Amino acid sequence: MLYFPRWKIYLIIAICVLGTILTLPNFFSRETLSSLPAWYGNSRIHLGLDLRGGSHLLLEVDMGAVIRDRVDGLVDSARTALRTANVGYTAINPGERGITVQLRDPAQAEDAAKALRGLANRVGGGALGGGQPDLDVTVNGTTIAATLSEAALRDRATQAVEQSIEIVRRRIDETGVNEPTIARQGTDRILVQLPGVEDPDRVKRLLGTTAKMTFRLVDMNADPTTGRAPPGSEVLPSVEGGRNQTAYVVRKKVEVDGANLKNATAGTNPQTGEWVVNFEFDGVGARRFADITKTNVGRPFAIVLDNKVISAPVIREPITGGRGQISGSFNAASANDLAVLLRAGALPAPLKVIEERTVGPDLGADSIRAGLISVVVGFVAVCVYMIAAYGLFGSFACFALLINIVLTVAALSMLQATLTLPGIAGILLSLGLSVDANILINERIREETRKGRGVFGSLEAGFTRAYSTIIDSNLTTVIKMALLFIFGTGAIKGFSVTITFGILISLFTATVLVRLMMVSWLRQSRPAALPV
Amino acid sequence: MFRLRLVPDDTKIPFMRGRHAGLIVSALLSIASVVLFFYPGLNYGIDFRGGIVIEARTPAPADFGQLRHTLNALNMGQVALQEFGSPQDVLIRLERQPGDDAAQQVAADKVRATLAKEIPGTTVRRVEAVGASVSSELFFNGMLALGLAAVAMLIYIWFRFEWQFGVGAVVTMLLDVTKIVGFYAVTGMQFNLTAIAAILTIMGYSINDKVVVYDRMRENLRIYKKMPLRELIDRSINETLNRTLGTSMCTLLSIIPLALFGGEALQDFGLVLIFGIFLATSSSIFIAAPILLFLGENRLRRGAPVEAAPAATP
Repeated sequence: MLYFPRWKIYLIIAICVLGTILTLPNFFSRETLSSLPAWYGNSRIHLGLDLRGGSHLLLEVDMGAVIRDRVDGLVDSARTALRTANVGYTAINPGERGITVQLRDPAQAEDAAKALRGLANRVGGGALGGGQPDLDVTVNGTTIAATLSEAALRDRATQAVEQSIEIVRRRIDETGVNEPTIARQGTDRILVQLPGVEDPDRVKRLLGTTAKMTFRLVDMNADPTTGRAPPGSEVLPSVEGGRNQTAYVVRKKVEVDGANLKNATAGTNPQTGEWVVNFEFDGVGARRFADITKTNVGRPFAIVLDNKVISAPVIREPITGGRGQISGSFNAASANDLAVLLRAGALPAPLKVIEERTVGPDLGADSIRAGLISVVVGFVAVCVYMIAAYGLFGSFACFALLINIVLTVAALSMLQATLTLPGIAGILLSLGLSVDANILINERIREETRKGRGVFGSLEAGFTRAYSTIIDSNLTTVIKMALLFIFGTGAIKGFSVTITFGILISLFTATVLVRLMMVSWLRQSRPAALPV
Repeated sequence: MFRLRLVPDDTKIPFMRGRHAGLIVSALLSIASVVLFFYPGLNYGIDFRGGIVIEARTPAPADFGQLRHTLNALNMGQVALQEFGSPQDVLIRLERQPGDDAAQQVAADKVRATLAKEIPGTTVRRVEAVGASVSSELFFNGMLALGLAAVAMLIYIWFRFEWQFGVGAVVTMLLDVTKIVGFYAVTGMQFNLTAIAAILTIMGYSINDKVVVYDRMRENLRIYKKMPLRELIDRSINETLNRTLGTSMCTLLSIIPLALFGGEALQDFGLVLIFGIFLATSSSIFIAAPILLFLGENRLRRGAPVEAAPAATP
């Protein structure tokens, strides 16, 4: 236990020096950092949002809407499929997870079922096909039910969340937030972290809009004031502050979809000076837009966003260039927001913000200062006690404690872990816990000395005997912290991370490093008795 | 050579004489804590109850009357205002708003806007708004972590020691945890995620302390084969007393700055940990050891006069 081969000594010193070097970038200024190689300059601790300031949002995808959407689509395609198959029906009713069709003639049940089965997509299969059809079709007299399977719903949900993440990322990128974190959490949630954002109002507004845009024809044969629409049309309100009518009767058929937009920018109309959004279709969109405008000159068409009519201009001439302009009652901010939303694309389902935690940057700076003061005061207090209680060996422990903090910071920097305010508390607490190993060892050495053992004997026995106790007591804490890491959320996770690092590293600093110091001191000064 | 000793070496304090008193006092305190847990109950923070917390700094010392009036006008249920740190710093707590999770966000934005309008120059330093579904999940996860931690400890100690030690440690831990909950009930501190972290930390610390004392007992069981268990336990506690108190002292020293400078978030955490360190240190001596004495009277002694059960060999 007391013999250190040369290579081991070098290794221990090398670890300490390397740790110190890796810690240094945390204290360099930005200019110095940029002159360093990336691998070294990047070795810095990432500050959590509670320390650097920023906004943490938890979003939930509305799964009900995703399924409703699929069911609505099913109704439409069933109608077409049955018509093609020449099957007569009296009604197609949307249900919670599927549709039911009432047939006129029970003899056509098989034909109808076949037509409906043809609507199924295959899910769960690989690139070569296979997988399960996502529709279960059952026949019961003149009633045929087509139900979406569990696997289909799951598949749909996963797709919706993944699409949403992509759209959320695009929208947030448009707002110019630096280094946002966007990650899936659980089955239907998205975690968004926005460093430096003090008022997440705009982001919340952007994310809270589905932004499903469609271009449809206005039904001229119906009067919107009655509130009733003929089949194939629906009454839609116009956006708040709309200039002309409060509602329009709009055809359900989508002529051009917002997904066919290539670009959208905010601008002002040179004639009127009002804010508008200019848009540009892709190839398919431009062709369709040209066709419609060609055949419907003189009629109004509606620009519908999230089931509200933004405007319904009258088509004056065919628009073949694929470019257009939306005017409504926009101001600079709302025109910009709409342009952002159109560029980023529509969300597959509405998103809800279900948790917000925002910290201003000055509070973060205050917290860092409070944390640093606490760590320094705690460190000094523990050192004073250790030196008062154990003299020279106590000061060895203090040095080891310092290296412990340095190595913990180095480990956090290297893994680019996130330091939170509770994380700083964890560093503090691990000061007390890791010095426990030294107290155990020193008390043991003392005891052995008092039993009359010699210098080397007491030292040897002190370390050997204390070792199993140290492992036992530290492992229990590490188990606890692992549980906290798994079940904790947000900043609390940081607490478990720093404590775990602090304790694991203390197994090296408080025992191996201190032993090396004690042994070297022993060999140099050859004391007659140990200073404990 | 001066050396600070918290207690002199070679103490021979007969701790086990106080075993009944210790257990009874501890049990009574824990029962009281459980009662307090149900009535009047804990002051659950927004992590677990949902709701909104806003930390604002006003340009001049905050006028609480005006603030309360302004916020009550929003009709958002009970509004709690609290000054902390400086007279310019106000903590605003709102109950969970009726409606779904998104309703919290709307309410938080409304308060933010109102503050900006009514008291110009106010900076909102922190906003937390948690909906019901999130808060109930956080609560469930927190409780799950506590439960699993207790089981993990039992299994670990069971593997490393004889079962009597495991039972002793876990019973002590339960007694400790209930008292911490009682501490929250009495002080009215916010019981939130940080509280779960505090409880887990104290649990870890408490077990850590027990392990050290138990380790010494196990060692002494091997050395003094004929010594009565009661004497042996007393001896072990006395031998490790300086370490027990020394470590408690160091942990205390590292935590006190947290309670002093930690700010709103960590102050409570620091205070609870300080309470917990006292709790864990005393329970190692007065609870964990007596339980072991009761459970192990005839079983842990090899070569004892009454060989009731096949002795567990360390």
